[in-house]
Amino acid sequence: MAKRIEVKDLNIYYGGFHAVESVELTVEPRTVTAFIGPSGCGKSTVLRTLNRMHEVIPGAYCTGQVLLDGADLYGKGVDPVAVRRNVGMVFQRANPFPAMSIRDNVVAGLRLNGVKNHKALDEVAEKALRGANLWDEVKDRLDRSGASLSGGQQQRLCIARATAVEPEVLLMDEPCSALDPISTLAIEDLINELKEKFTVVIVTHNMQQAARVSDRTAFFNLKAQGEPGRLVEINATDKIFSNPTEKATEDYISGRFG
Amino acid sequence: MTSTSTTSPAADAVEHELDLTRPSGSRTARNGCASAFMVFATLLAVIPLVWVLWSAISKGIGSLLSASWWTSAMDSADQAKWGALHAIVGTIEIGVITSVISIPIALLTAIYLVEYARGKKIARVISFAVDVLTGVPSIVAALFIFALVVTTLGGHQSAWAASLALVILMVPTVLRSTEEMLKLVPDSLREASFALGIPKWKTIVSVVLPTSISGIITGIVLGLARVMGETAPLIVLLQFNQYFTVNPNTPTFATLPTIISNAYTQGSADTPTVWGAALTLIILVMGLNIIAKAISRRYLRRMGK
Repeated sequence: MAKRIEVKDLNIYYGGFHAVESVELTVEPRTVTAFIGPSGCGKSTVLRTLNRMHEVIPGAYCTGQVLLDGADLYGKGVDPVAVRRNVGMVFQRANPFPAMSIRDNVVAGLRLNGVKNHKALDEVAEKALRGANLWDEVKDRLDRSGASLSGGQQQRLCIARATAVEPEVLLMDEPCSALDPISTLAIEDLINELKEKFTVVIVTHNMQQAARVSDRTAFFNLKAQGEPGRLVEINATDKIFSNPTEKATEDYISGRFG
Repeated sequence: MTSTSTTSPAADAVEHELDLTRPSGSRTARNGCASAFMVFATLLAVIPLVWVLWSAISKGIGSLLSASWWTSAMDSADQAKWGALHAIVGTIEIGVITSVISIPIALLTAIYLVEYARGKKIARVISFAVDVLTGVPSIVAALFIFALVVTTLGGHQSAWAASLALVILMVPTVLRSTEEMLKLVPDSLREASFALGIPKWKTIVSVVLPTSISGIITGIVLGLARVMGETAPLIVLLQFNQYFTVNPNTPTFATLPTIISNAYTQGSADTPTVWGAALTLIILVMGLNIIAKAISRRYLRRMGK
């Protein structure tokens, strides 16, 4: 189910603003790759190009290739909707649908794409909620609004919702930045389980988190203020945090800037 | 406190008595004056409101309490047996026709402006046009439809024509309120839906609209309440009718506002029938407002959760 992502010479623009410059990287199946770097360096922007969410913003576009097991996501005739069915996303702020129950939130991706079988949907909902370690907490109130949960529960609900459609890849954009340490821990444990089935790419500002959850880490930085962001280095997480190749990486992870 | 300072500031401060008594004199007087003026202004604003309501109730309740009010038109030789059934049905019928035409136009335009054309030049142009339309006086809308339907197209006065004039008045208000409600739906919900591989139209139908539906309905009901009481289009585009009809294609068609305007032109404005029509109209519009309030309260509760 999990697939390999290859990014080739990716340049990303917001209208006339060149946001990210020539990114080259590969993400292996069933691994967790962390994107780290200072604010504004383009790591979230790169993440959003991996499922064509970037172009939702008016004026935004990119050049280059993003290959999912060899298939170019930006190729001719590719439907962004089909791309997003295969590459799911969890956002910084939990965003359950307020007009839907907990159960309907989890199965929204299937239900709104035409799956009607109630029994099958119930099974998917239970499986996804168990997978997100949320089942025991919500099994008695599946018909309540998703907005009635706590922040950490809402974020796990969103993860359950993203995994319920069984994507090949799961993108996570700072999924823990609005959560307390206990909820963060729950989600980090969850990421460790998720990588058995999915390819996971996670953007984080928390370097301990990157060190804890990821197999490989990519460090992004701005060349200089006003210049486009770029990928400085991608390597095994151990190596990035113990013996990085680039000086800039070492400066960043040791807290000398950023 | 810095480490260089060795004495505490309190020790250096000049001792003085703590005075907590209310200052007498000009401040208290000004406060009293301002309060009195505010209460006076409030009373001034409320008096006409209560007075109008009281007049309508005291002079109109008699008509409403007689059974014939709700069951007959004004076609009896005996004025005591007159009712307003034809006008009530007429007002509601015109409201329904107006809504059926206005609501789809307003909703689809608002969806287009917010979901498809946001930030584009065309959206700004249309928004500006809607703002201008919102301020169009009802008599202008009535004249426009009269010129179009009667003069240019050679048609005649009818409830259809009156409804079209009311559509011109209702679309901008419903459009504007729907637009605001759709803008209140956070983009994060749209993105969450896109990220699940849900197509855009389905996102709008199944995520955006259900999230804002109560607010949209509130806007529709308030827009309807507004046009239900409009009189100018009905005077220009309809002739008064004493008899019961539901045919929207006849030039003679009764409504509650035109009971009043018709009586006035005949020099008998201050009668129980006229006040009865006024009270019925107030009840109708107030009922719509109460419905809108109830829906929006439910909406706020859900968004606040």
